[in-house]
Amino acid sequence: MSSASGAATAAGTKPKLAIYWAASCGGCEISILGIDTKILDVAAAFELVMCPCIMDGKVRDIEQLEDGAIAVCLFNGSIRNSEQEYMAQLLRRKSKVLVAFGSCAHEGCIPGLANLHDKQAIFENSYQETESTENPQRVRPQTATTVPEGTLHLPVFYDTVRTLDQTVDVDYYLPGCPPESPKIWEAIQAIVAGNLPPKGTVIGSDTTVCDDCKRIRNVKKVKQFKRTWEIIPDPEICLLEQGLLCCGIATRAGCGALCPQVNSPCIGCYGPNNDVHDFGARLMSAVASVIDADNPKDINAIISQGIPDPVGTFYRFGLAGSLLRRSKRPAGSDGGH
Amino acid sequence: MAEKVGVYVCHCGSNIAGKVNVEEVAKWAGENLQDVAVSRDYKFMCSSLGQKMIEDDIRGEGLTRVVVAACSPHLHEKTFRRACTNAGLNPYLLDMTNIREHCSWVHRDMDSATLKAKSLVSAAVSRVKFQEPLEPTYVDVNPATLVIGGGIAGLQATLELADAGYHVYLVERSPSIGGHMAQFDKTFPTLDCSACILTPKMSEAGQHENVTLLTYSEIESVKGSVGNFEVKVRKKARRVDYDACTGCGICIEKCPRKVVDTEFEAGLGFRKAIYTPFPQAVPRVPVIDADSCIWFQRQKCRACEKLCPTDAIKFDQEDETLTLNVGNIILATGWKPFECRDIPQYGYGRLANVYTSLEFERLCNAAGPTNGKIVLRDGKTEPQSVAIIHCVGSRDVRHNEYCSGICCMASLKFGHLVLEKTKANVYSFYIDMRTNQKGYEEFYQRLLEEGMHFVRGKVSEITDAARMPNEQGKLIIQCEDTLMGRQRRIPVDMVVLMGALEPQSDAKEMGLKCGISCSMQGFFTERHPKLDPVATMTDGIFVAGACQGPKDIPASVAQGAAAAARVQGMITKGKVMVEPVVAKINEEACSGCRICNNICPYNAIEYDAERGVSHIITALCKGCGTCVSACPASVISGAHFSDQQIDAEIEGVLWDVIRPKSAVVSAN
Ligand SMILES: Cc1cc2nc3c(=O)[nH]c(=O)nc-3n(C[C@H](O)[C@H](O)[C@H](O)COP(=O)(O)OP(=O)(O)OC[C@H]3O[C@@H](n4cnc5c(N)ncnc54)[C@H](O)[C@@H]3O)c2cc1C
Ligand code: SF4
Ligand code: SF4
Ligand code: SF4
Ligand code: SF4
Repeated sequence: MSSASGAATAAGTKPKLAIYWAASCGGCEISILGIDTKILDVAAAFELVMCPCIMDGKVRDIEQLEDGAIAVCLFNGSIRNSEQEYMAQLLRRKSKVLVAFGSCAHEGCIPGLANLHDKQAIFENSYQETESTENPQRVRPQTATTVPEGTLHLPVFYDTVRTLDQTVDVDYYLPGCPPESPKIWEAIQAIVAGNLPPKGTVIGSDTTVCDDCKRIRNVKKVKQFKRTWEIIPDPEICLLEQGLLCCGIATRAGCGALCPQVNSPCIGCYGPNNDVHDFGARLMSAVASVIDADNPKDINAIISQGIPDPVGTFYRFGLAGSLLRRSKRPAGSDGGH
Repeated sequence: MAEKVGVYVCHCGSNIAGKVNVEEVAKWAGENLQDVAVSRDYKFMCSSLGQKMIEDDIRGEGLTRVVVAACSPHLHEKTFRRACTNAGLNPYLLDMTNIREHCSWVHRDMDSATLKAKSLVSAAVSRVKFQEPLEPTYVDVNPATLVIGGGIAGLQATLELADAGYHVYLVERSPSIGGHMAQFDKTFPTLDCSACILTPKMSEAGQHENVTLLTYSEIESVKGSVGNFEVKVRKKARRVDYDACTGCGICIEKCPRKVVDTEFEAGLGFRKAIYTPFPQAVPRVPVIDADSCIWFQRQKCRACEKLCPTDAIKFDQEDETLTLNVGNIILATGWKPFECRDIPQYGYGRLANVYTSLEFERLCNAAGPTNGKIVLRDGKTEPQSVAIIHCVGSRDVRHNEYCSGICCMASLKFGHLVLEKTKANVYSFYIDMRTNQKGYEEFYQRLLEEGMHFVRGKVSEITDAARMPNEQGKLIIQCEDTLMGRQRRIPVDMVVLMGALEPQSDAKEMGLKCGISCSMQGFFTERHPKLDPVATMTDGIFVAGACQGPKDIPASVAQGAAAAARVQGMITKGKVMVEPVVAKINEEACSGCRICNNICPYNAIEYDAERGVSHIITALCKGCGTCVSACPASVISGAHFSDQQIDAEIEGVLWDVIRPKSAVVSAN
């Protein structure tokens, strides 16, 4: 990758790179490391100013930088509390290019499924109801706690998980849970070469996973949806035709059809294709069009038996970023903050 | 370059202006909506002066987009598109928004209606700016026509077209043309003999040089669109060589196998295993019914083959599929009778002397199983009293809510025939007497004079359980006489159930094949119930006769002729415009998932296996949008209904509630 190293300048004047995590699992960082020895090229091209996963770094150092001092910030994770929101705003201000990196930042991902509940229900479950919890005093996290040494602060936990672009202005999106290492490398190369697409672009392919999938496809007619444990699918034929709800039809290509390759249906981690307003709605509409029944009774039976968790199926990665964003909010909630 | 939009708000006399403050809407649009260069209101936009106003503004003000807020685009989109074309503006740069049916006609409060009209205008203005110029294409109309169904409606249509010099393929599923009318004895209200007026038409169709008769045939598939349909027809194996057979009938005479004829004779008579439905059948070529033929069942016999003077019997004949190319299609598939067993309390199938109306037609028919003698099931006893029950399965929420239209008249006809042929008393049990066509009320008066008894009320039960001595051995009609205001039990010998006219059981399927829809009841839906009764929403597909709704022979004939006239109009025009409002697949981005492959109601989508992408055949696409919403990758776009246009429309309609766009832009 000569262009990246070629663009690298002497230390000190190297462009600054920040990698930050908010509500996320850490998989995105692992995936960055998955670019393998090319990480050395990244180190040669950039000065890494922040990456809590692998190095120590202080928020105050970032606060002291001039606005726009960071060339690129790869921001993964969704926004679930006030600290993450603050960091998103801070990094936005300090970075020339802010990339929503990975599914959580891009469309909310698994943390976003918490939008089916609210803060109170989540606390009740986590700090009270789980089998392993013993909490007779009903202790709950407090944003401020006074101890002899002074006051301790915890971030405010919000009712609603937001995507990065529902919080701050975002320049690019790198989809995937996590983004696949080759795609990360391609994106970094493009950034280094200054070969950037128009703002707002989702960096990836403009077709869907089926395009990369080698399975044989026929006209689709599904009489029964099956869960993955119910059948051992034929390795040659499209999984959807075999009744496994493969989201590959609606999911942006980029991973190389990893899951269907190993006989497992795509669950949609790369998010929607270009021009799609709402991944779940698109997918539902497509799935609905191949159900092979002609009366409402049979159709209902096929759906209720085969798709017991519609939100988890159609909005597994995209609930927070979807048109509806969350379940109906109970009265008296914090309004998303 | 910013667009220059002209907005025209119509008063529609007081139709719109009565409930919408039209002047205010126009003024508001001119002052508040972006890119609006001209905004006017006018009494009747569709008038020539209204149209001229638009044309002048396009020329004078250099308008690049036009919005007309008026009635439904169904009514006047063509008018305003024409005005745009006249002034040199591409007609697809017009948007019509409906502030009449969608606004003034459905609201009471002027302020709210005016606000809604503003929203609709705002939506149209936002949308129209994203509309793109489109060019229609033209295709030649194939002058041949397909008529499906050889009942009286289909026959009429066939003969009109054939006489005008155009070729017609008449496809009939049963072995002969003629339809239900062939089963009748007399026809109301004039009582002329059904066969006498029908058979000449049948033989004319059979011999006409412009008619290709395909009886005992079924429609397999219909592809293509107006002007150029490709139809696959399956000719069922007759097992008789059509060309060799002279129709001498020796085979029928000699066939040793006799079976109950459940079709033409409605179960009252018999036919042979090789048969024509009735002696005057057209064509006269018989068919072998393999299910009853001794040869097919037991590999014995072949009597017909041995005796046929022209060696026309072909036991090994198989179904044959033909491909027809036609420009227009007339559906005249008629009706089927209500299953009277579905009302068990009327006893049909259980009580021997309860008859269906078609059985009774056969009883009365001089060529029928009893040579026209009205007798009970025993085949000899003349009834002394006959009850005719109206509305069986019609006007009944449990079966069909609609009125079958013809049953009252057919009942009167039956009453007359009973009185003429027997000494029996005849009772009509009716709810309302519906005799509202030419000569019908007079016929009713005639039956009143002839002494038919009329009991107004719905029959609750027909039973053979006698309570009184005079009921012994009789069928008792239990009913509330609503004119006398009391329950009555009337013992009779014979009962005729006037079953409803229902849509054919395969009407939905047939509609699907041709790309037209059926009403809730299952009758084919016409384009407009009043103004366009024989056309359908699919260009080039017409309907005639009872398949469009229950009707009598005169109305069926009128529709047959009307459909033929419409088809002739198309043929004379020679070319049809193909709307450019079609869908298109971005084949670069199509993943070839094949979700869209079998959802197009017009079969316009094909899969290119070599390239692994789907493809839309533009000539077949009607722009319905089904595939656009089904494509999970969102790579199909609908011209004139792009996401951008629809989004703009939604934003426009929400002008008063939408929050100004914040700095945060959403990616998806
Ligand atoms: C008891 C009774 C008595 C009546 N008496 C009178 C009367 O005296 N006077 C009067 O004006 N009206 C009368 N009517 C009404 C009359 O029957 C109808 O008006 C008339 O039959 C309508 O004609 P049609 O051609 O639309 O349908 P039909 O007569 O039903 O003919 C339809 C034809 O299409 C064929 N067909 C159906 N489906 C297909 C398919 N998929 N492919 C190919 N072919 C197909 C059928 O085999 C049939 O030949 C009476 C009705 C009843 C029930
Ligand atoms: S298995 Fe999934 S990804 Fe592969 S073709 Fe079928 S739907 Fe597409
Ligand atoms: S196949 Fe689907 S779920 Fe699996 S990695 Fe690819 S995009 Fe993600
Ligand atoms: S829009 Fe799509 S589904 Fe509709 S007619 Fe055209 S190709 Fe067929
Ligand atoms: S549904 Fe969309 S992506 Fe799939 S084959 Fe059709 S056009 Fe292509």
